Amino acid sequence: MTATAPRPRLAKTPEDTHPARGPRLPVRLLPLTPAVVLLLLFLAGPIAYCVYIAFTDLQLTGQARASFVGFDNFTRAFGDEAFLNAVWLTLVFTVVSSLIGQNTLGLALAALMQRASKPVRTLTGGIVVTAWVLPEVVAGFLLYAFFRREGTLNAILDWLHLPSQNWLFTLPILAVSFANVWRGTAFSMLVYSAALNEIPQEITEAAEVDGAGGWRRMWHITLPMIRRSIGTNLMLNTLQTLSVFGLIWVMTRGGPGGRSQTLPLFMYEQAFQNSLIGYGTAVALLLLLVGSLFSLVYLRLLRTEV
Amino acid sequence: MRPTAALTPLVALVLASTALTACGGGSGSDPDTVKVSFKQSTDNSVKVMDTYLADIRQQFEKAHPGKKVELVPIKAPDSEYYTKLQQMLRSPKTAPDLVYEDTFLINSDITSGYLKPLDPYLAKWPDWDRFIDTAKAAAKGEDGKTYGVPDGTDTRGLWFNKDIFAKAGLPADWQPRTWDDVLTAARTIKKKVPDVIPLNVYTGKPVGEAATMQTFEMLLYGTNDGRTDPLYDKNAKKWIAGGQGFEDALAFVETVYEEKLGPDVSDALDPNVMTRVRGEWLPQGKLAIALDGSWLPQDWLPGSGHEWPEWSKTLGLAAMPTQNGQAPGKVSMSGGWTWSIPAKAGNPDLAFEFIKTMQTRANAQKWYVANSGIAVREDVAEDPAYVDAQPGINFFTDLVATTHYRPAYPAYPKVSTAVQEAMEGVTTGDTSVEEATSAYTDALKDATDDQVVER
Repeated sequence: MTATAPRPRLAKTPEDTHPARGPRLPVRLLPLTPAVVLLLLFLAGPIAYCVYIAFTDLQLTGQARASFVGFDNFTRAFGDEAFLNAVWLTLVFTVVSSLIGQNTLGLALAALMQRASKPVRTLTGGIVVTAWVLPEVVAGFLLYAFFRREGTLNAILDWLHLPSQNWLFTLPILAVSFANVWRGTAFSMLVYSAALNEIPQEITEAAEVDGAGGWRRMWHITLPMIRRSIGTNLMLNTLQTLSVFGLIWVMTRGGPGGRSQTLPLFMYEQAFQNSLIGYGTAVALLLLLVGSLFSLVYLRLLRTEV
Repeated sequence: MRPTAALTPLVALVLASTALTACGGGSGSDPDTVKVSFKQSTDNSVKVMDTYLADIRQQFEKAHPGKKVELVPIKAPDSEYYTKLQQMLRSPKTAPDLVYEDTFLINSDITSGYLKPLDPYLAKWPDWDRFIDTAKAAAKGEDGKTYGVPDGTDTRGLWFNKDIFAKAGLPADWQPRTWDDVLTAARTIKKKVPDVIPLNVYTGKPVGEAATMQTFEMLLYGTNDGRTDPLYDKNAKKWIAGGQGFEDALAFVETVYEEKLGPDVSDALDPNVMTRVRGEWLPQGKLAIALDGSWLPQDWLPGSGHEWPEWSKTLGLAAMPTQNGQAPGKVSMSGGWTWSIPAKAGNPDLAFEFIKTMQTRANAQKWYVANSGIAVREDVAEDPAYVDAQPGINFFTDLVATTHYRPAYPAYPKVSTAVQEAMEGVTTGDTSVEEATSAYTDALKDATDDQVVER
């Protein structure tokens, strides 16, 4: 295209070999500079600032000057019942909605859809994916309408002559967990559908010929073969679920009485409602820690090869 | 997998930190433009403030040729409005020239160094002498300087529906003398008119300061001798730990929700309950008694969305009584908002000119009437035109004589949250009154660096 088209690889001249590479390296890195600068400025900068303020008593208002307080914010968190409550609820929310809900349901849907007819597959896929592409806040309002006292769920229960419940009030953490399952299952389903399609037909057929039933094939063939996808999916699901904020905020605002206040909501309350920016940021760092712990577990799961 | 694993939490952290460091932007300041930030109603049909400011802007631009006014509305519920404002005040890039401050937070913001003392301006402004002393005190910092010009005040009382009262056999000139009288009326309504909510008192964290001020303090300040401050000891400069009065006030809230005299708990803890009380329950006759503020009619004025000009025929007004009828017999709390100039404002002089335009006698009066406010200027308060323009204004103005102001010191916002938590606990039934009170005392010590006395 241009006069200075790259020379073909085979036509290497002596200058292109190792000894001559040194001086050319900075030139090669030059195009990367803007990206690196941007990363430092917008990624590393705020993170470093975040880590710094987690060790201060910075407040949004009510204070003339912030000072360095060492680990105070962290010790305070572990002595704070509301924080421990938030950690516990975050774990419940993550295990129920991500590990059990989204993951298992996604796999089940993917497996069933392998066998379903095309119209059924399109319809199910369409519905599930719609839930996924809805913005978080919109999904929150929909499920609020579903669970509220005069909502759809209670209308259905009434119609079936079952006792209705004030879900958002009596079981808020389960209601928001269900909402997250509803919203996030599509992602797992897509990941697993792709993984299941990768399994060579012959292996499944061979197992069938050997007389393995559905469950045995699932347990001994399918699951081991999609193990990597399970790990990836679990990790992405978990990290997404840990940071869910809008959904819970819209449905319950963490209430009543803090009974659905997960860590992101607790963090928001401390930083912006109680103005304790330093403390809120320390909680954010702890949330990061929880995320990395989960990630480490999954990485171990992935490392053991079949 | 490793890169993704590291990246996702990083991204989460970056998002958190950009949120924490406030949004940048904002174009320095233009010496000929005054930027005015104010709280826009979350109810789209209520445009009282917008209309008023548009009018002032026109007057101002006419009187100051070449100068411009830029209105910067912030549309958010109260607690989020404060947060947004504080983030803007932190940097000269984002600080407007004039801000609308709730007196509940003003001391906190003064301590942070966000606001400019106005004394040099006030000394040269003859109208300042027209302001009543209690109102002047509302925007005074602990350093004795004044940081804001109040644009009205408010009081609180019991609003009741005379039609429902008639059905329940209660008098149209109802005036309870004790808390028990209030509860008895609510119980009667529950029995005789079962399809309405007998009594609404705001509670819990979702409504924020409204729970603390409209409900809890209206109760608390009516305990003990009914005159001294039950929250803060001015002489000792210490906060007062939860005692008998605190427990009694909580027990009142507990009774309302335990006996189902109030709205369903899930409605009471819905952040939008305030909008429902004013826009739905009261105008539609679904609520018999509301403990609420003097400003309610601004939502019912012609042109305000939920028009209900005949409200004064349906609703009666009664003062909130003290616990056992002890002197002075009635309780009210007062607060209000002030116009303040940020420390980092680019055009403070022009901003004060704008305040002066807003506070000409005629404009002040226009504003009090538009937002159902209570005058803080003597000359307006004495004007019959102002009194006649608003039904109920005499009732609420009379309460000013026995009203209380909150101890709006820097720790107050956190104290208020601790009160809301205690209220929410007894409302849901998660905690007993005693547990909630001792949790309050712990939270109080934490919020005030142990500046707490037992009484």
